[in-house]
Amino acid sequence: MIIYGVALLAFCYVVGQLVGEYLGLLIGVDANVGGVGFAMLLLVVLHDWLHKKGRLDLPTEDGIYFWNQMYIPIIVAMAAIQNVKLAVSSGLVVLLAGSVPVVVCLAVLPLLSRLSKPTSKRPYGNSE
Amino acid sequence: MEILNKFLDKNGLIFAFLVVGVIVYGSGLISKKLTNHKIPGSAIAIIIGLLLAYLGGLYSGGQKGLADVPLFSGFGLMGGAMFRDFAVVSTALGASLLVMRSTGWIGALSLLLGTLLSFLGGVGVALLWGYTDAVSLTTLGAGACTYIVGPVTGAAIGASSEVIALSIAAGVVKTIVVTIGTPFIAKYIGLNNPHTAMIFGGLMGTTSGVTAGLAATDPKLVPYGALTATFYTGLGCLMCPSVLYLLMRMAF
Repeated sequence: MIIYGVALLAFCYVVGQLVGEYLGLLIGVDANVGGVGFAMLLLVVLHDWLHKKGRLDLPTEDGIYFWNQMYIPIIVAMAAIQNVKLAVSSGLVVLLAGSVPVVVCLAVLPLLSRLSKPTSKRPYGNSE
Repeated sequence: MEILNKFLDKNGLIFAFLVVGVIVYGSGLISKKLTNHKIPGSAIAIIIGLLLAYLGGLYSGGQKGLADVPLFSGFGLMGGAMFRDFAVVSTALGASLLVMRSTGWIGALSLLLGTLLSFLGGVGVALLWGYTDAVSLTTLGAGACTYIVGPVTGAAIGASSEVIALSIAAGVVKTIVVTIGTPFIAKYIGLNNPHTAMIFGGLMGTTSGVTAGLAATDPKLVPYGALTATFYTGLGCLMCPSVLYLLMRMAF
């Protein structure tokens, strides 16, 4: 049943986000600390476990894949509700404060990536 | 007209599905006919979204882009944090636990480095603009992390509302720069594998920007970038008002 997949996804979402909320409270941060990240890890582990036990049928997985496929449309909607007017109309200081860090971080990305290159064979080929 | 308005008010989310579907379809056509698939359809769709957000903001004077136009209020729900996070979590299904684990330590390092570098970049720009007090400098530096870290930090250390507003705007600019820029620079920085995507997410941090930028680059990379990026806001909110603020107070 497709709802099983959606419910499994919802379970991971709820547990992960709650962990993030409580973690934030625990360390005194007024924000959700990595809730989505915890939810993703939980889904990966649970999916793997259920798959091994043979408890996942196609419709169940489709319940998750549906949201997987809805991802880009949702991102398009998200782009459409950003405060772009504020970004465009704000002064040069804001434009620089928002873009300089991006450039700086991009500059160190290849360095970090090379530094950490795993020695073992990787599942994804990285042609250079 | 009144019936139509009432109808759309009640069925906003469904209408948003329809409009986004049309945008994505149109973007696919533009990608194929005008750019010969050189620019991915999703990148075009996201840029159209940003353009609509700008027009919506101009029209309504509000802060939520297109969602402030009554006709398109459903965009607020469809593009809001709940659906976005739900869909982001679902992308984890295609991710390899093995890769995630092998990138673990460097992911953590990139998070730390990303927060520090963004903060310092923001502080540097603020200094150039003549801000010299530790509170304003810290708040603007925090805004350069993400538009959530900025106001959280500013409120915690008592920044003026003007500076807090600037820090939010800086964060929004960062999100947009990452969203639009990622597909275009991906080739040059080797952003074509999960390993680099995780580092990218940790360095950039803006969840909206990273997930949208990666979606436009290669949807397979989204779960990896999203995983590290979602820890960034928490780390920023933790470090900016505490350690980094103390350091700034010692320096200024």
